[in-house]
Amino acid sequence: MSTGVIIRAVELGLIFSVLSLGEYITVKVMDSPDLTVDGSFVTGGCTAAMLTLAGYPNLGLAAAFAAGLLCGCVTAFLQTKMKIQGLLAGILTMTGLYSINLRIMQGAPNVSLHAVPKATILANPATVLYVLIAIVAVIVALMYVFFKTNLGLMLRAAGDNEEMIRSSSVNVDAMKFLGFALSNGLVALSGALLVQFQKFADVTGGTGMLVLGLAGIIIGEAIFRRSGIGFGLAASVTGAILYRLLYTFALQLGFPATDMNLVSAVLVAITISIPHLQKLKKKRGSHA
Amino acid sequence: MLELKDVSVIFNQGTSLEKRALDGVSVHIPEGQFVTVLGSNGAGKSTFFNVITGAAPAAAGTILLDGQDITAQKEHVRSRSIGRLFQNPEHGTAPHLTVEENLALAYSRSRGPFSRAIRKEEQALFREKLKSLDMGLEDRLKTPIGLLSGGQRQAVALMMAVLNPPKLLLLDEHTAALDPKSARKILEITNDLVRREHMTALMITHNMTDALTNGDRLLIFNDGRITQDFSGEEKNRLRPADLLDFYEV
Repeated sequence: MSTGVIIRAVELGLIFSVLSLGEYITVKVMDSPDLTVDGSFVTGGCTAAMLTLAGYPNLGLAAAFAAGLLCGCVTAFLQTKMKIQGLLAGILTMTGLYSINLRIMQGAPNVSLHAVPKATILANPATVLYVLIAIVAVIVALMYVFFKTNLGLMLRAAGDNEEMIRSSSVNVDAMKFLGFALSNGLVALSGALLVQFQKFADVTGGTGMLVLGLAGIIIGEAIFRRSGIGFGLAASVTGAILYRLLYTFALQLGFPATDMNLVSAVLVAITISIPHLQKLKKKRGSHA
Repeated sequence: MLELKDVSVIFNQGTSLEKRALDGVSVHIPEGQFVTVLGSNGAGKSTFFNVITGAAPAAAGTILLDGQDITAQKEHVRSRSIGRLFQNPEHGTAPHLTVEENLALAYSRSRGPFSRAIRKEEQALFREKLKSLDMGLEDRLKTPIGLLSGGQRQAVALMMAVLNPPKLLLLDEHTAALDPKSARKILEITNDLVRREHMTALMITHNMTDALTNGDRLLIFNDGRITQDFSGEEKNRLRPADLLDFYEV
């Protein structure tokens, strides 16, 4: 692989690490994976695309984050107030978002951002890597500090032992709104960054995003093997970048890009089952 | 301090499965009293606790805490003034959070949502409080609490319940799931804490000796009612064998 290809993979990895960081909140902290992601990722991208075309690229990133917060609130509402089971609540929001995303893009299934009135922060190839590193560093730092505050601690405890938190004076429903909102806010921001980076928004671009983000978290965890918020965040970023490198390597081997969702799914399935397979092997070993 | 007036709790009201879990219970518990609660399974002890905390709604009657009517108050509002400990140590602590994070959860919240949960002062306070338990927990502040033994977890849970001394402490068979040695230790700590902080506390137990050797007053539940109420000298004269007669089977 050439250096250019590797750098581009790292840049994409940084963009997807924002996705993994968002999913870290639902998957790891709240222990309830959220399927809204496949929809909110695109919502962020569409929002940013339209505002970038209108000449407000940075406002577009902020608006994408805000749109993601709203998506998360819808899922939290369905779960807590309408008592819809977790995975289904996410699927319902995701399905509804498909139509909303098309409306945001005014009915067009895709838009090109090659000719925009004002350059995005990711437009300059010489600085894009540093800009992305700075964005990811700020997000990680904010998340780290947040999870050490009282509110952050309550959110973590609500995911860790809901029953205990229910009988203490914390409002569990409020914690779910907070967690899903923050998570999808970051997911949407990731989608927005990708759109500005690729100069292209596609309404079907969300398929497989949940698994992709998950892959980052899982690979990172397999490397770090330590618990704690600091390690978890670092693992999500490292894993997302590494995964993107592996992905690029697979493309170089000649896999067509359309095979990539299969590669992602297989990779996640294998990585998750490694601990179990190791246990099986150990058991066999001790019987022999 | 705590007063229940004619409180009833009915499960499955209006169906063929209707059950009066509490049937017109009235009791007054003055400030600083440590009450033990006995009764066979299904006698209404846990429902008695649940209706006090708001986990079970009262179908009739009034509950007063410190003169304030809390009958209609939501559970998470009431829990600001009521501490509760359960039989299962896993119930009261968050396993992946460290010992100090669990303690901070109980202690630091009043400081506002965005302030740092664990500062140097809290760390020192937690260490000192844990040291007083004499279980070596003061050196394990950074350990995820799920790695501790049941007795250790229950000790931390108890500490969490009393860090911001609640108006009322409810102990729901909190030593029943522990081995005899840990159970004795936790009971010892309970007595120390309740006396030192002059707390009003209620303790459910199935162990008659524990019910007699701890606390100032003993309530016995049968079929949703308080059928016996012993205090002072009267309670001190009781022997475990006497108590068996009060159980209806």
